[in-house]
Amino acid sequence: MAETIILEIARYSPEQDSQPHFQSYEVPVHKEWVVLDALNHIKDTTDGTLTYRWSCRMGICGSCGMMVNGEPKLTCATFLTDYAQKGRKIRVEPLRYFPVVRDLVTELSDFLAKLKKVKPWLIHPNQPPLSQGEFLQTPTQVDRYKQFSMCINCTLCYAACPVVGLDPTFVGPAALALAQRYNMDSRDQGAAERIDELAHPDGIWGCTFVGECTRVCPKHVDPAGAIQQYKLTAVLEWLKSFVMPRGEETKNVSSETGND
Amino acid sequence: MSAAKPETISAGARYTEFHPRWYRRRVSVYWWLGQRQYLKFILRELSSVFVALFVVEMLFQLAALKNGPQAYADFQSLLQSPFVIALNIIALLFVMFHAITWFNLAPSAMPVRLGGRRVPAFMVAAPSYVMWIAISVFVGWMVTR
Repeated sequence: MAETIILEIARYSPEQDSQPHFQSYEVPVHKEWVVLDALNHIKDTTDGTLTYRWSCRMGICGSCGMMVNGEPKLTCATFLTDYAQKGRKIRVEPLRYFPVVRDLVTELSDFLAKLKKVKPWLIHPNQPPLSQGEFLQTPTQVDRYKQFSMCINCTLCYAACPVVGLDPTFVGPAALALAQRYNMDSRDQGAAERIDELAHPDGIWGCTFVGECTRVCPKHVDPAGAIQQYKLTAVLEWLKSFVMPRGEETKNVSSETGND
Repeated sequence: MSAAKPETISAGARYTEFHPRWYRRRVSVYWWLGQRQYLKFILRELSSVFVALFVVEMLFQLAALKNGPQAYADFQSLLQSPFVIALNIIALLFVMFHAITWFNLAPSAMPVRLGGRRVPAFMVAAPSYVMWIAISVFVGWMVTR
């Protein structure tokens, strides 16, 4: 008989419950099992009504983020043995600060609206024709934004950020880091389009640098770093606006793009 | 349903008829007590009050210096009262906490690049510590010489 561990899982059925409650399940502990395997085991063998999101089980789809013992974690990368050794129960809850749709499933439309708002895509108004060939980047230029481009939109950083919980209008760590990812890209010319959303009380100035987003990020994106770096850019742009008031024509945020 | 447009940041989540009853947990007023890192953050923010306290104390000290030897002696005796000493010890601890936490956060806000490579975090934080120690030694020398 294999060693077992108790999973206390938050259950919420919008049709029946006014608030979530916990339900305990006993699952075997295998060396190679992660929390997601345990959830799949429960769903397959014990309780088919358990609802949660998952897809790739290898830390790239960003679907299986949950609170594991109060910490935002990708459950596909959180091993049962790390908890079993300490003789603890594992408490699994939906990601903090998000509305809960059912059991462990969170509602993401607010996050997706915020993400879209910062235009996280390449903006290149005067794009040369394809016949001129591809955009070339040096390894140094790639290196400037690569870390921020590793984001998988798992929203663990939102669940870690107290500002997200206290101020629902805050754009949040992942969206701001992704905006900075494009600002730093040498192929992008959209920094001026993004600055009004980013240098805003709901944007970077909402961030109080708690730093938890960076600590919990499973892809080591460092959203806190991205936001603080953009704060410096925004201040410099603000100072520059006194020296050279920007008109619509000359609107050209130099920012820290990779154009070097 | 809600008339909020998804394009506006302040619009919040869009309600649809498919999710009639989402559960939203309210954030407790004591959210910062629940987690060690949150508490550390709040203490770091609180430490700025003690930084301000030191500045105000110094301004009073300068004012006393300007008002003559008697006023300065009175101020010095005030500083020697047990309450002020205790307050200053607490303030000193908070100011040191303030300095160390912010020095350690500086590399995250300032990615220094040399020869195309990012300089390691401790190399960015080190000059702050070196300056801190150098100035402290200089001030110590000034006071004790």
